[in-house]
This record gives sequence, structure tokens and C-alpha cells, in this order.
Amino acid sequence: MTTSQSSAPITMKPSGTRRRLGSSLIFLVTSLYFLIPLGATFYWSLRGQKDVLGFEAYRKLFADTNFLPSFSESIINAVATIALSLLIVVPTAYWVTLRLPKLRPVVEFITLLPFVIPAIVLVFGIIRLYSRPPLLLTATYDSSRILLICVYVALSFPYMFRSVDNGLRAIDVNTLTEAAQSLGADWSTILFKVIFPNLRAALLSGALLTFAIVIGELTIALYMAQHTLGPYMANLTRSKVYEPSAMAIVAFAITWAAMGIIDFVGRGSSRYLQTTDTD
Amino acid sequence: MEPNPKSVNSTVGGAQRPPRLQVGHWLGVLPFFIFSGLFLIGPTLILAYRSLEGPQGELTFDNYRQLVTDTVVSAYGISIQISLTTAILGGLIGFLIAWVVSRGGLPPRFRLITTTFSGVAANFAGVPLASAYVFTLGRVGLVTALLKLLGVDLYKTGFTLYSFLGLTIVYLYFQIPLMVLTILPALDGLKREWREAAENLGATPAQYWRHVVIPVLTPSIMGTMILLFGNSFGAHATAYALTGGLFNLATLLIGQQISGDVLHNPGLGYAVAMGMVLIMAFSIFIYSVLQRRSERWLR
Repeated sequence: MTTSQSSAPITMKPSGTRRRLGSSLIFLVTSLYFLIPLGATFYWSLRGQKDVLGFEAYRKLFADTNFLPSFSESIINAVATIALSLLIVVPTAYWVTLRLPKLRPVVEFITLLPFVIPAIVLVFGIIRLYSRPPLLLTATYDSSRILLICVYVALSFPYMFRSVDNGLRAIDVNTLTEAAQSLGADWSTILFKVIFPNLRAALLSGALLTFAIVIGELTIALYMAQHTLGPYMANLTRSKVYEPSAMAIVAFAITWAAMGIIDFVGRGSSRYLQTTDTD
Repeated sequence: MEPNPKSVNSTVGGAQRPPRLQVGHWLGVLPFFIFSGLFLIGPTLILAYRSLEGPQGELTFDNYRQLVTDTVVSAYGISIQISLTTAILGGLIGFLIAWVVSRGGLPPRFRLITTTFSGVAANFAGVPLASAYVFTLGRVGLVTALLKLLGVDLYKTGFTLYSFLGLTIVYLYFQIPLMVLTILPALDGLKREWREAAENLGATPAQYWRHVVIPVLTPSIMGTMILLFGNSFGAHATAYALTGGLFNLATLLIGQQISGDVLHNPGLGYAVAMGMVLIMAFSIFIYSVLQRRSERWLR
């Protein structure tokens, strides 16, 4: 560990320039693969009006009577999912870190389940379980909607738990908790005035990741007959010509905004998170 | 920490714990377990149970026997082929990109652009991605049109976006970024000291790769490729949006069998679903084993 200190600068860079050239070439070619579909979609989205490039497709999209209702319904669902998920995951991660380390493997196992159970499987299980008497929840649109949000909450556990857990590792929960306790704080004060504020970046990244996943979710919403953005978009691609391109660009922009904020906030706090970066 | 809760309050020098701690910390984790039970585990168990049920409600393996019919076998076959292809291709290309931005001598901002974009693209699956490709490589897609100007009629060569090749190209759009995001930390774990040590001992770059890089990275690369396999195997929304649910893919077959008009055999659908869960469980299990092994080097 300590023997290989930088003695004489090793000038064994056989082909630095050539390597950089090769790297640039690879970067360029793969960039093309990723940018061309976006470029093509953007191009079509500007073609909404015959022979003119303009934002007609976007105007039509926003003027569509079903767009804004389904969009706002998805946003409300996403916000409800995030709030509920935070309320459930933060205490869980906190207690697992601080008081019940023996439960950690169990909790981590459960957070793997959303990857094991594909959405298409889960949704039929949900319908089977909640569509008859003892647990009848699919009877009305609104109760189905609540059910949908609960499923999204369960699906958000992996992302939320990982984010919160990484955040908890970066701060010294034990010391903070004991310091707060010795000053006479009770549990809710500790949670809301000490732990939450210190986890701001981690909570935000978990929340935005959840948002990006929930906002355009198709499979579960589709089979639960919900009028959210995912089914709306799927229907749009079948019924309209130019609007789907505008829709895809809007969806990409939303995802980009969510991820961009995560990156920005993460970088701001990376001074504190350095120890967990490689986790 | 303190095994006996009664001794907690008398711990010398330790902070005083509130007395309702015992109930409190179980209450803290209870909602998590209730939610997981009601909305993840319960639904899956009920499907497992229903998959063993015949039309009259009797216990039977009939649904599982039907798994060997041609449609089901070919649906699983195509799903597995697409998942393998996109996992291997996505894994190799993703590794190359991760290597290039972390060790390729490019300015650091290339890495930043790549990770941010990968975060977006890895989450850009579903309807918008399918639309984007229709506008690119569909019958009237921009690239299709441009190629036609150059004298290449893509759709006359037998290519269609709604095929194995088409789905592979589309899936790579989220597979490659997932590989980049997952493998970058592993690449960061390759310590500069190892390279210097190898060079000081007279190793050639090829030897450094063969005896250091590849053995250290293999578990991560294999593990991530398996993760990619599962990611593609369970994908439903993108394929549904692209093909209208009519392509013969395991995820689409479940929808057709359980809620379709033409094919309608819920029992078979449940059995196909259980088969998927088993394959997913197996791949996620291998992934976490390999991930744990690779973490040894990444401390």
C-alpha cells in the first residue's frame, strides 16, 4: 500500500496522442448512435405544419384535450409516490443502519424484488389479488388509482433505499443521533430536524429517480386502465402523426431535467460524499 | 449494540435512549414490510398459486405442461435471444465507452457528459424511446429517408424496426448506458498503483491487462451483463409501444394470454409469468453474487 509512492515520474506513455485519437473516435461514433434518434425525432417534431419548420406539433400536443389531464394526473401520482416512499424508506433505512443491522440483508433482498418481478407480471398479480371481495380495490377508478400509487411506491423502494442508504453512510448517523439525544431531542425532532436536512441531496436524488420512472410508466397503468401519461403516449403514437415526436422530445426533456438536477445537487455535495463515491 | 434493552438506560457514558425504543424501531420498519408484502410479494404468490389452477379450480400442472407449445417456446426463445444479444453487445460497447471516458486520456468533462447522458438514456425506455426510433428507422424515419436518397432502400433489404434486429437496436439505447453507469465505479477501482507496480516489475501492457485488469474486472463485467440480460428480458413497455403488443416476446405473450381477445388462456399466462420470474430471480441472484465478489477489489 505505501511502497509504491511516486518516485521518479514514470514516463511510460507509449502512445498518448494515438490513444486520445482512438478515444475521441469511439466517443464520436457512439455519440452519433445516441444523438441521431433524438435529432430525427426533433426534426419531425418541427414538421407539424406543411412545408414550414415550426412548433405546430407542440402546440397541437398541448392543445389536445387529453394531454394536460393525463400529464397532471401522472405528476400528482408521481408526487404522491415520492412522498409515501420517503415516509416509508427513510425510517426503514435509518433504523436498519442504526438499530436493526440484522434486518439489513432482509431489506436489501426485498429491494431486489422489483427487478425480479417484471412489471407485466406484477400488474396481473395485483389485478388478481385486488379485484375480488376481501380486498376489492379495482372497482372504481379512484380506488384503482390509489392501488397504482401503492404499487409505484413498492417499485420505488430499490432506488429510494439505495439513495437514502448511501446518504446515511456519508453522514455519521450514530454521532448525530447521540448528539441530538444528549441535547434532549426526541425521535421526531431527530428525524425531521437532524437526519432529513442532512440527507437532502440523497432524498432528492431518490425522489427524482422515482419521478423519472413513474411519470411515463406504461405497463402497470395500461392494464389497470388508468388515464396517465404512459397509456396516453402509447395511444398517441397510434392515432397521430407528428404529435408523438413532440411528445417524445418533451418526455426526454423531463427525464433530462430530473437527471440533471440529481447530478447538479450530487456534485454540490460531493465534498461530503467522497467516502461513498465508490460504493 | 446493547443486547439487553433493560441495560440501555444504565449504560455509563452512553446517550440516554428514550424508553419506547423497542416498539419505536419496529414501527419504523413495519410499513416497509407491509407495503412489500401487499404490493410485491402477495401479488406474486397469488399468481404462483393461480398458475397451478385448472379451469375448474383444481390443482394441476396443465398450465406448465403447455409451456412447451410452439408459441410459448418461441416467445421465450426470442426474448432470451434479444436479451443475450443486447446484454453482450451493450456490455461490450458500454465497457468501451466507460473505458474511453475514464482512461482514454479525454478531458474530464467528457466523462461528466457521458454519465449525465447515460442517466437520462437508461431511464428513457418505454413509449418515447419507441417513438423516437419510429421517427428514425421506421418506414418514414429520417435515417430511412436519408439512406433512400443515397440509393439504399432499407425496407427493401428486409429490414424492419418491428423485428429482432429492430428491437435489438432500440434496446441497446438503454442497455449501453446502464452498462456505462454500472461499470464506471469498477473501472475507478483499478488503482494507479497496480499499473505502476506492474510496470516496475517489467510487465508489458498486454501482461498488465491479462494478469491485472481482466481478472479484477471480470466479475463486474459478467455481473453487469447479467443485469442487462434481466433488464431486457423483463422489458415490456418499449416492445409494446413499438409493436402494438403483437410481437412474439415473453412479456407481450403474458399480456396477450391474460387480457387479450384472440389468445385468451389466463392460466397459461400465469405459468409464463412464473417462468419469467424464475429466470429473473436466477439472473439477479448471479448478479448479486458476482457484484459481491467484485466489491472486494473496489474498497
